[in-house]
Amino acid sequence: MIGMDDKLSQMYQQVLLDHNKTPRNNRVLDPADFQALGYNPLCGDKYKIFLNIDENNVVTDISFVGDGCAISKASASMMTTFVKGRHIDEIDKLFHQFHDMAQGKLDPETDQNDLGRLKIFYGVRNLPARVKCATLCWHTLHAALKGKEKVTTE
Amino acid sequence: MADSFATLKASAAEMAAGSIDIERCRDDFPVLNRQVHGKPLAFLDNAASSQMPEQVMRAHTEYHSRYHANVHRGVHLLSQEATEAMEGSRETLRELVNARSTKEIIFTSGATDAINLVMQSWGRANIREGDEILISTMEHHSNIVPWRMLCDEKGAELKVIPVSDDGVLDMEAYASMITDRTRLVGIVHVSNTLGTINPVAEITRIAHERGVPVLVDGAQAVSHMKVDVQKIDCDFYVTSGHKMYGPTGIGILYGKQEHLEKMPPWRGGGDMILSVSFEEVLYNDLPYKFEAGTPNISGAIGMGKAAEYIMSVGYEAIHKKEQELLRYAVEQLQSIDGLRIIGTAPEKSSVVSFVIDGIHPHDIGTILDLEGVAVRTGHHCTQPLMERLGIVATTRASMAMYNRKEDIDQLVAALHKTIEMFR
Repeated sequence: MIGMDDKLSQMYQQVLLDHNKTPRNNRVLDPADFQALGYNPLCGDKYKIFLNIDENNVVTDISFVGDGCAISKASASMMTTFVKGRHIDEIDKLFHQFHDMAQGKLDPETDQNDLGRLKIFYGVRNLPARVKCATLCWHTLHAALKGKEKVTTE
Repeated sequence: MADSFATLKASAAEMAAGSIDIERCRDDFPVLNRQVHGKPLAFLDNAASSQMPEQVMRAHTEYHSRYHANVHRGVHLLSQEATEAMEGSRETLRELVNARSTKEIIFTSGATDAINLVMQSWGRANIREGDEILISTMEHHSNIVPWRMLCDEKGAELKVIPVSDDGVLDMEAYASMITDRTRLVGIVHVSNTLGTINPVAEITRIAHERGVPVLVDGAQAVSHMKVDVQKIDCDFYVTSGHKMYGPTGIGILYGKQEHLEKMPPWRGGGDMILSVSFEEVLYNDLPYKFEAGTPNISGAIGMGKAAEYIMSVGYEAIHKKEQELLRYAVEQLQSIDGLRIIGTAPEKSSVVSFVIDGIHPHDIGTILDLEGVAVRTGHHCTQPLMERLGIVATTRASMAMYNRKEDIDQLVAALHKTIEMFR
């Protein structure tokens, strides 16, 4: 347990100082090729993800609107900046990696991954109650790409 | 004989109010000495589940280590002891809420289960298309969803008594909302989110003037105040063991005998019958008619022990201490910039819900946890109330008899730290 507080506080410091206060791509995208609503009934976190892709299945634009805690908002904000310009197959891979990392099944320092700056969310693995906050936007994006309109973390 | 459970039954002297000194009751709750993330635990989540005193744990262990057996069945000694302990517990709980008879005390798995029993048995027999069920905006989901389900099944209407911005039930609106079609009033005694204490006796009186029965959800009341179902005169009263220093998975339904006798059984099985053939079943008498299957025996014994514990401390002492803690918490929390208390009814139990500008309750909850402070964050299973108040979630500190001012101080210091971090 030693060090957990530091890691967590580091995560909070970094994401809070930045993405929670000034979230990126925080707008409605209209028209959008894909969109989905993500909802965490446990906390009431609610986000809508919009995205457009080109003929090569590369994300040309992505945005989100909604409300929730700092972790969920920062995660959504960072996700949008991270996946823009990537192929949807690559995003699918990132979704699984992010999911595994948040649940502590993937160690971003030792296991092969492409998570880059998203590694900061490794801190949530020690907070079972908060894992879903970090993964909500990814589940929503995943659902949007699969053509589902609504997703819940429950 | 039966000395194995003799210790379970406290003598009258032991149960006298004040025989357990409230200032020393902390010693009975071993978990309160725990460290959390290297900090002393300040447990302020009692409205979700209160801690158990050693007396309750011992009663539980004693059942399992000395006389674990099924009840109401065996001719052997262990079964007799188990039956006597469980029925003794029913009597203690009867005394706790001042029911007329133990026939009016049905063991359930909790308050939710008790409400569902009333819905499935009384509700399905009495509610018809076009009827109205009246509940309030501050109900817990457990006193909303069963009625929503019943209304959908029957084509009945669920009507909702409004609350004011400070979390007080609108009594004028209430009186005007009872119509010739109203068949039941369901009302929470103490709001789990706001702490508001509703005038349930007055609510019942008004409903009874129109011949409408009343169900009171007392999950948040019994640990804080003397509940007298005869004085309230309600038709049904439900509560849970784990919110009154007892175990989880156990609760009671109090129902007036006249109703319970007329109500059809809901769950069928063993223990709730007198005789069974494939053609015909003769149902057991009250309270067993509603207790199909082997009950939660250790839970029932534990809940009875918890009731004894409360009576030994005494409601007067509990009320005095908790109200002091409430005043102190409100005063301290109000001094924090950007903090707003949600629910400021004049009559409140020791619950303080609040929001802080710009910080989501879940982030507050996580930082507080790291500082050793356990609170509840979220919608507290009262989503319609949250919507009415225009908020998504709150942070809730709820105090029990064993809390101290130091716990509040720890909360306040942790909140300052949280605000500092988010600034």
